[in-house]
This record gives sequence, structure tokens and C-alpha cells, in this order.
Amino acid sequence: MATHEFAAQESHAHAAPQGFVRKWVFSLDHKVIGLQYYFLALAAVFVGMFLSLLMRIHLIWPTLALPLLGDIKPETYLTLVTMHGTIMVFFVLTTAPQGGFGNYFLPIQIGAPDMAFPVLNMLSFWTTLLGFIVMIAAFFVAGGAPLHGWTGYAPLSAIQSTGPGEGLGADLWIISIAIFCIGALMGALNFITTTLDMRAKGMTMMRLPLTVWAWFVTAILGLLAFGVLLSAGILLLMDRNLGTSFFVPLVTINGQLTGHKGGSPLLWQHLFWFFGHPEVYIAILPAMGMCSQLLSVFSRKPIFGYKAMVYAILGIGFLGFMVWGHHMFMSGMSPYTAFAFSIMTMGIGVPSAIKTFNWLGTLMRGRIRFTSPMLFAIGFVSLFVSGGISGPFLAQPVLDIQLHDTYFVPAHFHLIMGVASIFGIFAATYYWFPKMFGRMMNESMARWHFWFSFIGTYAIFMPMHYLGMAGMPRRYSQLTEVTYLHGLIPLQKFITYAAFVTIAGQLIFLVNLFWSMFKGKQASDNPWEATTLEWTTATPPPHDNFGGHTPVVHNGPYEYSVPGAPRDYVMQSDPEIGPAH
Amino acid sequence: MGLVLLIIIWLITFASTYFFIAKTWWLPAGASAAAAGIDHHFTTTFILMGIVFVAAQVSLGALVWIYRDRGSSSSKVTYSHGNTKLEIVWTLLTTILFVGLNLMSSSIWASERFRPAEVDAVRVEVTGMQFAWYFRYPGPDGKFGATNPELEDASAGGEAALGLDTKDGASKDDVVTGTMVVPVNREIEVILRAHDVIHSFFIPTMRFKQDAVPGLAIHMHFTPIQTGDYEILCAELCGLGHYKMHGMLRVVSQEEFDKWLAAREAEKQ
Repeated sequence: MATHEFAAQESHAHAAPQGFVRKWVFSLDHKVIGLQYYFLALAAVFVGMFLSLLMRIHLIWPTLALPLLGDIKPETYLTLVTMHGTIMVFFVLTTAPQGGFGNYFLPIQIGAPDMAFPVLNMLSFWTTLLGFIVMIAAFFVAGGAPLHGWTGYAPLSAIQSTGPGEGLGADLWIISIAIFCIGALMGALNFITTTLDMRAKGMTMMRLPLTVWAWFVTAILGLLAFGVLLSAGILLLMDRNLGTSFFVPLVTINGQLTGHKGGSPLLWQHLFWFFGHPEVYIAILPAMGMCSQLLSVFSRKPIFGYKAMVYAILGIGFLGFMVWGHHMFMSGMSPYTAFAFSIMTMGIGVPSAIKTFNWLGTLMRGRIRFTSPMLFAIGFVSLFVSGGISGPFLAQPVLDIQLHDTYFVPAHFHLIMGVASIFGIFAATYYWFPKMFGRMMNESMARWHFWFSFIGTYAIFMPMHYLGMAGMPRRYSQLTEVTYLHGLIPLQKFITYAAFVTIAGQLIFLVNLFWSMFKGKQASDNPWEATTLEWTTATPPPHDNFGGHTPVVHNGPYEYSVPGAPRDYVMQSDPEIGPAH
Repeated sequence: MGLVLLIIIWLITFASTYFFIAKTWWLPAGASAAAAGIDHHFTTTFILMGIVFVAAQVSLGALVWIYRDRGSSSSKVTYSHGNTKLEIVWTLLTTILFVGLNLMSSSIWASERFRPAEVDAVRVEVTGMQFAWYFRYPGPDGKFGATNPELEDASAGGEAALGLDTKDGASKDDVVTGTMVVPVNREIEVILRAHDVIHSFFIPTMRFKQDAVPGLAIHMHFTPIQTGDYEILCAELCGLGHYKMHGMLRVVSQEEFDKWLAAREAEKQ
């Protein structure tokens, strides 16, 4: 494996900036950009969570007027559904793990002074922020935000007269996503180049921490997926405003001809899901890498099956591009292709299962320290199993006949793509906070936060499986029109109550985060006794990450409890522990 | 902390599993020929995945408790980077499980979707539009008359909503209704259309779901095996009235069906 070129690294180095604006606003420093991404995601997650709270309230008290919004009309509910999904997927699940932690720690973990292209890095953040502002603006234009769901299926999303919110609001929604795609593409290029070219001497690919592997493969997925979504978004915008018909056949809205003809609604679905399924892995891979890392650190044991883990990440990334059709079993796509997509989808369960086995293998015969990051990593494994296990139901077209578009689907993807990924973000926050801010987070607040989140999210999403099996369709703003749904309303009430409690628990996190920034216990350089390079440098790291010297790597990333070593961990930059290991 | 984690993980696991096994909330009772096969495969998948779920969660709970850091009395950590043989074993096992499950269900999928409806099936055209379902029967001539988008009048309902071209001879005996009436134990061929956006024709008790896509006429089939009234829903987000895009399927005896259709024809004349 090639190690990095010193010349290349030096050409990317830039002097430490002076002045507030260059240092904290238009910063070229990957660490500052990482924090900017993180706080953007933090703002977005609270917006997204607030929207979900309003949805939950409306579902069980449909006539209740809400503060700021007044009476919730059916279209308002669908607006909440759409914006909750879009904000969470793009501005939280894609932004925090990759843009946030990836930006901050990938260069340090590979021993580089910065990203390969610092200016591009700064641009990618500001582009993403612009995307977020445009998305939020959709709430405030005439007609409000769109109601077509985060998947934006045409023709609902392609014609202005299909409903309120499908005017300017829908245009802004598409423009925002297109802007986001451009930011994500710039970020992906940077991550890939940095990982390939900027590794410190001795940091071979097979010595990369699994977090870096995850960010690297995520970036490749992003590079291939976001370009397709960007193109699809532009075509949709043209259908809406320039009279083209890529996605719209001859349709009448309320008996009125629209002037479109000849397009294919299924084309949008193919393009969208060609992005949309890899997107699931864009959200979850960094959390997988994080969790692998933490289970090893806090079990004081090497990760079980490092190579298998790397191959599993690569396998998931590769297969992730061949399964998009499983979202379309009921779409009118050929039933023969459904069969092929189904086999591939079941196949992607295999590397996921390998990872789970390896996580359990890592815990076995370890010495587990129940720190707050570890609690969230253990919670991640549990949620990943629970969310994953419903996959084989939905992956079989025969069962999807009944389950597609019911609550079983949100149950599945919230547990695995939403909550499990968020647990990865929480674990990363608790783990790296000391390095980022020089202080420890409060452990007892962190534990309370864990219990609220762990029990709470199970209480919210496990019952959604029952609702789905019983035939409750998703995206219904009221449950009273269908007789057989009446009996399921008590379960919906339970879910809303659970959401109240869980959301209250998130305030503990918010308090802890800001309190600890200023009042937390001072952190040492390596408070967790971990082995990767970020723990060899000062806390917080200096502008060039390693204070003028370049680390040299001699060991793998997970050398814990090495027999004969003076302490129970051997750092990557420590002298080589010998070929026997 | 290890013990608390064990208890909570196990409790969550057993409580969730209990409600599945007790079938407190379960699939609505099936009333079509395909339901038994689909439900059987659902149960098989449920049992196999249930075992994996419980085994994984119980081991997770047990491992974090057994291998907690007990300070100086902790047993020595095993320094190991894994076990290739084990990796191969569990890779093979999960591959067999997942692909095997898939192959088991493929014959049901094939019988539902790979073959066209039988020649003597009862044909019903189903059209979705914001926010109603319309059902059209071809009448004694067995032919659906022409429709024309320019003739559509959604507010008038019925034939006008479909834009039925009354000048076409084949349309003279077409019957358009707001309730879907079909005979029991006959295969029903459904021809799905949509006027405006995508809808999805969902009859939970028939284990039937298929998107209705503008621009496409999708041919599907199902066979009701029990008389009764069954609810029809829209399963694909279609706009602000999605939640109330509701219809009824009435399954009756062949005799009753013939009588009902004849009466509709008579009304038309």
C-alpha cells in the first residue's frame, strides 16, 4: 500500500489564520469546518425533531390547534412529514457523521495536517449551509412547504396544481437538495483524495481505523449517488417550470389537462432510489465505523476480524448500488426485476450480519468499561439488530405486498437508519468531545440521556411494526376515515407519549453539551486510553494537528491488552510491537 | 451498569417478542386465495428472524454483563484479532438463511405476478384520482369503451369523472361505480389506472397492493374466497386527501353479482 508523499502534504499546508472571521467563519481548517457542520446538524436535528413532535401530537389529537401553526390541516401534516424526512436525511444523517466528525477526525486519524483541498472543504460547508437556508425558506413562501414526502414522487411533485405547497415551496425544496448535492460532491472528492494521498508514513490501508474506512467508503458512495440525485432534481425542476415531461405522462389534475405527455413517473423513482438506497448506507456506515472503534476501545480488546470488517464495509458499499429496486416492488416495475432486486437485498444482509457477529466477538472476553460513548455503542448494536431484522421481511416482494407503505416501513428505517445512526453520532460526540473542546462531558447527565434515548426510541418504533402488520398506512394525517384503523389508535397514543418522554431526554444532551463546553472537567490528551493518532496530539489539536511534527505509524489501530506490553494499549505511533502480533 | 444493561436489553427483547407471538396486533384476517400462502411465509420469516433477533439481543445483554470490567478481579482479556474459520461459517450460514428464505417465497410471487389473469376472470378497471376510486365493468359486450381526457369532469363523478366517450359503441354498456362488487371464488382481473398522480390500490384482507400509475394500465389479479365487505385504501401518498381516499370491496355470490350488474345495466338504459 502506498504511503503518502511529504511534498504533497506540504503543498496543502496553510498558515494558521489570524482574526475571528478567518479563524471561525471562513475557516480553511478542517477542524473548524467539522465543528461548523456539527452545529449545523445540531440545529437541523432540533428542527426535524420539533416537526416530528407536531406530527405525533396531530395524529392523536387531530382537532387540537398548535402554537405557531393553528389548526393542522391535512396538507400541513404532510408538510411536516416531508420536511421532517428531508431535513433529517440530508442535514442531519448525512451532515453530522461525515461532514462533522469525518471532517474533524479523518485527517488527524491518518496523520495529515488538513484535508487535501482546504478551500474546497470550506466551500462545501458554505454550500451545505445555503442549502439548509433555502430548505427552511420553503416554510415561509406562499403555499408553504411541499407535501410530496421526502421521496418527492412525480407527478405529485412535478405539477404545481397537485396540492398546496407544490408551488414555490416545492421549487425551493428541489433547489435546496440540488445545492446540498453540490456540497456533498465537493466533500466526497476531498475525503477520497485525502484518504488516498495524505496518509502518514506507515499508515497503510490495512492500518486505517475502521472509522476512516467507513468515511472513505461513504465518500465514494456520495460521489456516485449525489450526482444522480442532482441530475434528477434538475430534470424535475424543468418539468415543473419549463414544460418538459421527463417524469409526467398525459395527466389531468381535477379533470384539467396539464399539457404534459410522454414522461415516466417510474423514471423518477429509479433515479431517486439509485441515490436513495446508497444514502441509507451514507447515513449508517460512519456509525458502524464509530461503533466498531468504540467497542474495541472500551472492551480493551482488538476488534474481532478487522479484515472481515473492512471487506464488509466494502461489500455493503458495493451491493448498496444494486438494491434500489426493493423500494419499487409495488410501483409497476417488472415483477421479474423485483425478483433480482430481492436476491441482492437479501445478499446485503450478509455483510451486515458479519459486522454484528464481529461486534459481539469483540465484546467477548474483553474487559468492558461502561463509559457514555460505550453505552451508545452498545445501544447501537442492539438497535442495528432490531432495525436490521425487519429488513428480510421488506426485502421479499411477497411480504412487501402487505407491508409496503405501512408503518412497518418507518419502523424499520427509523430504527436502523435514523436511531442507530443517531446513536453513532451521540457515541462520537461523547467520545471526541474531550479532544474537540478540551473538557469532559458530564457522565451522569450522559447516562440519563442514554436511558431516555434507548428505552424511548424502542417504545416509539417497536409498536410501529405492529401498526404496519395490522395494515395502517403511513402518511395518513387522520386515522378516522378507515374503520379498521380505529382499533389501532390507542397504540398511536402510546407512541406519542413515548415521543414526549424521549424528546425531553434530548434536552439533557443539549444542556450537557453546552454546560460541559465551559464547565466540564479538564480533559487530558488521551482520557480514554485509546490508540489512534488523534490521542497522540494536544487537546484541542493545534492548527496543523500535530504541532510541527508528522507522526509515523508502526501499529494497527486496535492494539489493546497486547501481552508483554507495559500498559494495556499500544498506540499506532508507538514502536512496533513485533511481527508476532 | 452491566447488569442494568442486561436487564433492559432483555426486557425490551422479551416485551417486543411477546406482542408478536401473542398476535395482539397481527395481519388482518385474509380473505383471498393468495392469503394463506403469503401468511404462511410471513410466519416462517417471522420465526426465523425472531430466533436471530432474540439470540443476538440475549447474547449482547449477556456479554456486556459477563465481560464487564470488575477491576482487579477481572479475568484476563483475551488478545485476539478474530477467527477466520468462524467468519466463514457465519457468512455461509447467513447467506443460506437469507437467500433460502427468498427462494422459498419466489414461487408465491411468481404465481401472483408472473402470469396474466385467466381468460374467464371477471374484469374490473380501477381508476384512482385525487381522492377517489372508480370501478368500471365492461358490460355484456366484454369491451371497455374509449375514454378521453378532454371529456373528464371530476366533480360530476361516475362516467363523467372517467371521461367516458359516449359516442363509442363499446362504452354504451360500461358500468361505472363507486363501490367494487365482485363474485366470490372467481379470479378478478384488475386493470389499474390513475388520472393525476400515483395512487396505490390496497386491500389488506385480500393481501393485494399495487400502485396505480398515470400513463400505465397495470393488469393484476386476485381471487376472493369469502363474501363480505372489505375496505380499500390508498397506500401511496397522493396529496392532501390521501387519508380519506377510501373505497369498499363487496364480495358476493355469483348469483347476487349477476343480479347487481344487471340492475346497473338497467339503470343505464
